[in-house]
Amino acid sequence: MRPPRHLLLAAPAALGGALLNALDVPMRALQRLVGVPRIGWMFVGPNLVILGLFTFLPIVINFYFAFTGGVELYPSQRPFTGGDNLATLFTCGNYLDPSSCEKDIFWRAVYNTAKFALIQVGLMVLFALVTALVLNRKIMGRGFWRGVFFYPVLLSPVVVALIWKWILQREGVLNALLASGGFAPVGWLTEASTAFFWCVFVSIWAHMGFYTLILLAGLQAIPADLYEAAEMDSASPWRRFTRITLPLLLPNLVVVLVLAAIRAVQIFDEIFVLTGGGPGSATTFIVQFIYQTGFAEAIHQYGLAAAASLVLAGSLLVLTLIQLRISRKATDGPSRRDDG
Amino acid sequence: MASLAAFATATRGRGRRDWTDWMSYAYLLLGLVLMFGPVLWLVLSSFKSAAALNEFPPQLLPYGQASVRLAGHDEPLPLYRVKLADGSTREMAEVRRIGIQATMVDPKEPTEELKVNIRDRERVREFRFATENYTGVFGKFAFARFLWNSVFITVVATIITLLFNAMAAFALSKYRFSGHKWVFLLIISTLMIPPTIILVPNFLVISELGLLNSLWGVIWPAVATPTGVFLLRQYMLTIPNELLDAARMDNASEWRIFWRIVLPLSAPALAVLAIFSVMWRWNDFLWPLIVLSKTENFTLQLALNAFQGELTTQWHYLLAMTVITLLPVTLVFAFLQKHITTGIAASGVK
Amino acid sequence: MASLTLRNIVRRYGATTVIHGLDLDVRDGEFVVFVGPSGCGKSTLLRMISGLESVSEGDISIDETRVNDVSAAQRGLAMVFQSYALYPHMTVFQNLAFGLENIRTPRAQIEEKVGAAAKMLKLDALLARRPTELSGGQRQRVAIGRAIVRNPTIFLFDEPLSNLDAELRVQMRTEITGLHDRLKTTMIYVTHDQVEAMTMADKIVVLRAGRIEQVGAPLQLYNHPANRFVAGFIGSPQMNFLTAQIAGVAGDGVHVRFGADDARAATAALPVDPADAAAGTLVTLGIRPEHITLGEADAASLPVKAKIERLEQLGAACFLYCSLDSGEALTVHVPGQLRHRAGDSVAVNVPVVHAHLFHTQNGEAAFARRSTPGAD
Repeated sequence: MRPPRHLLLAAPAALGGALLNALDVPMRALQRLVGVPRIGWMFVGPNLVILGLFTFLPIVINFYFAFTGGVELYPSQRPFTGGDNLATLFTCGNYLDPSSCEKDIFWRAVYNTAKFALIQVGLMVLFALVTALVLNRKIMGRGFWRGVFFYPVLLSPVVVALIWKWILQREGVLNALLASGGFAPVGWLTEASTAFFWCVFVSIWAHMGFYTLILLAGLQAIPADLYEAAEMDSASPWRRFTRITLPLLLPNLVVVLVLAAIRAVQIFDEIFVLTGGGPGSATTFIVQFIYQTGFAEAIHQYGLAAAASLVLAGSLLVLTLIQLRISRKATDGPSRRDDG
Repeated sequence: MASLAAFATATRGRGRRDWTDWMSYAYLLLGLVLMFGPVLWLVLSSFKSAAALNEFPPQLLPYGQASVRLAGHDEPLPLYRVKLADGSTREMAEVRRIGIQATMVDPKEPTEELKVNIRDRERVREFRFATENYTGVFGKFAFARFLWNSVFITVVATIITLLFNAMAAFALSKYRFSGHKWVFLLIISTLMIPPTIILVPNFLVISELGLLNSLWGVIWPAVATPTGVFLLRQYMLTIPNELLDAARMDNASEWRIFWRIVLPLSAPALAVLAIFSVMWRWNDFLWPLIVLSKTENFTLQLALNAFQGELTTQWHYLLAMTVITLLPVTLVFAFLQKHITTGIAASGVK
Repeated sequence: MASLTLRNIVRRYGATTVIHGLDLDVRDGEFVVFVGPSGCGKSTLLRMISGLESVSEGDISIDETRVNDVSAAQRGLAMVFQSYALYPHMTVFQNLAFGLENIRTPRAQIEEKVGAAAKMLKLDALLARRPTELSGGQRQRVAIGRAIVRNPTIFLFDEPLSNLDAELRVQMRTEITGLHDRLKTTMIYVTHDQVEAMTMADKIVVLRAGRIEQVGAPLQLYNHPANRFVAGFIGSPQMNFLTAQIAGVAGDGVHVRFGADDARAATAALPVDPADAAAGTLVTLGIRPEHITLGEADAASLPVKAKIERLEQLGAACFLYCSLDSGEALTVHVPGQLRHRAGDSVAVNVPVVHAHLFHTQNGEAAFARRSTPGAD
């Protein structure tokens, strides 16, 4: 074995070497048994086991939880209740008024999530597009500026929330700036409407950079000579934007919109730390409802939480299907022909 | 509107700078302030003493009270600017304070004591980093433990992720066993199944495996990332099959081929996945929140969350902990930014 | 249809000068080809004419009007790009119509003009297709059609055939020259291929390193190259350049011989004006492979002994790659087939009536040719 070049690589290399030699004999035996092509199963096996245990099996069990009641975790100890959990969730006097519902927090969470997804995705993709357009121009140090917008994406949601909580506190720097300008301090996170706004703002702050990168890649894929041809075609800058940039960027925009929507519907981490869902349930979203119902309250209502996650899964399925449909329509162009 | 669009479509300068260029730079500067500003404010604040943090409005830079060492006193004495009866001001050190009366001495004439009302003086401040916030964090709380938990989970999960994903990617790129297309589709389809919709049953599985409240309960569900398999498979497809055939002729087992040929050749893709995995595991929150119930098993993220409820009055420690928590990712960003952004551009645009 | 005038055109990128003070006149209706090796500045020059790049110094005038400060869209020109630059998300019809839509042409007129252009280029069956569904040649025609529809005063072509295979290239060459015959519009065409230049141009502009080496009709450049570069660039295979020495001056012209200071070497007289030719000066003698003959020497040729290193027999012609005693290489293009083999020695003749003399230092043509029958 060649001696490793770097001291840092020495440990993993040794570990790797040990693993290699330890498993070589049994692997050779297995190989002789099943033949080379089928040894592929051996390699993909561990991944499949993990996926099976923690993704596919749970999907099936989830349905079981949703249709059973009681407070036990173990499935065989749970009485079958049929659609009771879903019924509890969906019982509402007036569907547009959460307070008339049996599980009013659930509906508040649903409306909050829908409102949040629409506003946050719309604004964030808009800002991402503008930023990508700016970054696409001939500017100095583009790599640096790209990094500037991308940095918050790397921070953990807890850190993001704490950074902004520190700024938005009653005695935080934002209120200090207001006070110096002669305005009264505001309880940003303790008033329902402003708390919601800041949830939108903070999540845009934390995630915009990712989508900016995707849109920037899309913009840079548009050949420069198309713009030159359009210039020769007397196209005004506005027409160049609407007739060339936007149509050719559309596939990326759609991908970004759907990805952002899927993420927005599942928002939890930074909101939970920033507002805890409050004030009241003003910033409670659906994943937090699932978490609270299933794990945080005194009595763990696994069935109800599972039922709620079915509702969430349903909406995600719809979004994913929309994306598949749109991307299939885009790639299903008519085929090439080859006559001279 | 035309200029706005000119700003939107311009990709080459013609040598002239027009207002759209200035607008762009202004936008970029605004972005710089908005993106880095809050983090900078966090870092600056974390170096302020508890007392300074309680001030409203807050000062920009960390200031502490200046102090002076005088003969005859064991501890350094805090300095104040005192307004004297004759209207002049002098810097004096406080020897002791009883109620609203302070006994102060001029450092130049330490024997002469003066009784001063505390209303007639103000602190002398100097620029000072309250590093005791950071040292205190390790002492007062089981911070080292939380750090260890996070590091353990991140490193172990990343190693296992790299191994399992590389093996799966190897199988799906180099072997044509019956059903391999279905397996690939299956793995990719899990991208559509985020953890948030299977929290309860996952909890059951972890519980049955006896991994509740264990770091391994956080590690195992996270290692089969479909993104990782996709990324590595794309890369491994570019490794010529002739290399494997030559190795087979050389009597190498498939396992050996994987370890000695494919894995080393996939190093760039493995590096990208490693960076992603470190980021994902370091920043994990919801699942560890559910699995880990005992405080001593908390990761840094959970600890931060738990303490922000208890410690609303101890921001100086919380801020220091937050800064420490974001340090690794920031370092990775500073040195490996190009890899991350190109990796995302390559894999994110599917 | 318009004339184009370039006066003292300079283009700088920072401290580097790419185009050094060019002057050029293009007459109304001419087909002018800019030709030269990569990096000679021909594309840059074209882009400056189009308005896509600015001029550092000098004047560009179209029809006597200075257009330096006129935007590309307003100059009334049309450009066919090397990569065609077709809008991939628009149909052929929309690609052709885009330019007219931008200047708010009424719908009926758009359909008429696009229809006419499509018919001229045989694109009418393809109007509903997207560029990805077209072959290379069809895309080329759409790019040309887009230019035609705008009814420009000057057509600009930026290496339009370089992306096509050889057979298609020949076909498209004919189509473009046919287009020129039909429309009679001024056309400026950039290429690195001297065959395209020779076959298509009314006037060729040879460029090197940002300077014009020579301007003239194709045969003019072939028969009377102004310097060694143009002589070597035009014509394939490339002209042979041999070292020769002026033996003396007499009434019938300048006598030259191969080999220096060899009094016994054969000399022949080139029918040129002796000017200040001095005996003993070394000169570069250029002779095209197709003019060299094999066999018996005669008074009008310089004989040379050559050793065949390699033979290429194409059936209708034969290429001999030889080396001379002096060590120089010689390429010979002989019609028909030969029985020689590699390694054979042959006697070749350099007919002086087709020889060109160049100064060895600067490569400039030496000595103006006296008018001789048949050699123009």
